[in-house]
Amino acid sequence: MAARERPLSPHLQVYRPMYTMVLSISHRITGVALTFGLLLFAWWLLALATGPEAYARAGEFIGSPFGLLVLSGFAFAYWYHFFAGIRHLVWDTGRGLEKPQARRSALIVLAATALFTLVSVVAIVRAGGAA
Amino acid sequence: MSLRSPLGRVLGQGSAGGSHHWWTQRVGSVALIPLGLWFAVSLGMLPDHGYETVHAWLAKPVNAVLMLVMVPLVAHHSHLGMQVVIEDYVHSKGRKVAVMLFSQFAHVLLAAAAFFAVLRVAFAGTTGVFGAEAV
Repeated sequence: MAARERPLSPHLQVYRPMYTMVLSISHRITGVALTFGLLLFAWWLLALATGPEAYARAGEFIGSPFGLLVLSGFAFAYWYHFFAGIRHLVWDTGRGLEKPQARRSALIVLAATALFTLVSVVAIVRAGGAA
Repeated sequence: MSLRSPLGRVLGQGSAGGSHHWWTQRVGSVALIPLGLWFAVSLGMLPDHGYETVHAWLAKPVNAVLMLVMVPLVAHHSHLGMQVVIEDYVHSKGRKVAVMLFSQFAHVLLAAAAFFAVLRVAFAGTTGVFGAEAV
């Protein structure tokens, strides 16, 4: 079936860029990233269930500088998706949808994400250093 | 002339499935707020993340049960989210179906693997019905 040329509704480029747009797409991006994080999560659990050797092998990767970087990235995605998700749930009740409110809640999400990510990364790096 | 009744042809084509998808995703999300917080904080607070410590943590009934609740919820949440993303960005119908099937199967597999792993840790060292002599 040949695609017919149809008029398109105005898309992203007609809007003045706002940080709220970045936050919106970031919720999806972090969600997709966390789906791939499930692989790491399942691998880690299976290694724990398999035994000390398997767990040590998983820990070798996770405890490596690259592994710690990946884990820190997942920590950011986790907390961002967590707080932005709560913001979405509040919107689903019909609250907080006015522009000034949405901008304020965006800043709250960013601040909470920054704080929780920072604490997590410190814990991750410290645990990595101890391992 | 089709043998299918007009009702049979339209069932499942409307928006009813959509609102079920929407609600399931929301209810799962709400449950994941306390669970997600518990998982990160509880695991993060462990003095170290060596095999013995983490194994003992997961073997505790309260942690094992919460994990057994969280794993299917997380997998389902992830599946529903990926479903929407695939619907939005994969345009060719054949590829959409293929990617969707792959995503769903992968999620079921991951959930089963993680669920099994939690059970194995939780029942390791116990005797009786779940005797773990072979573990």
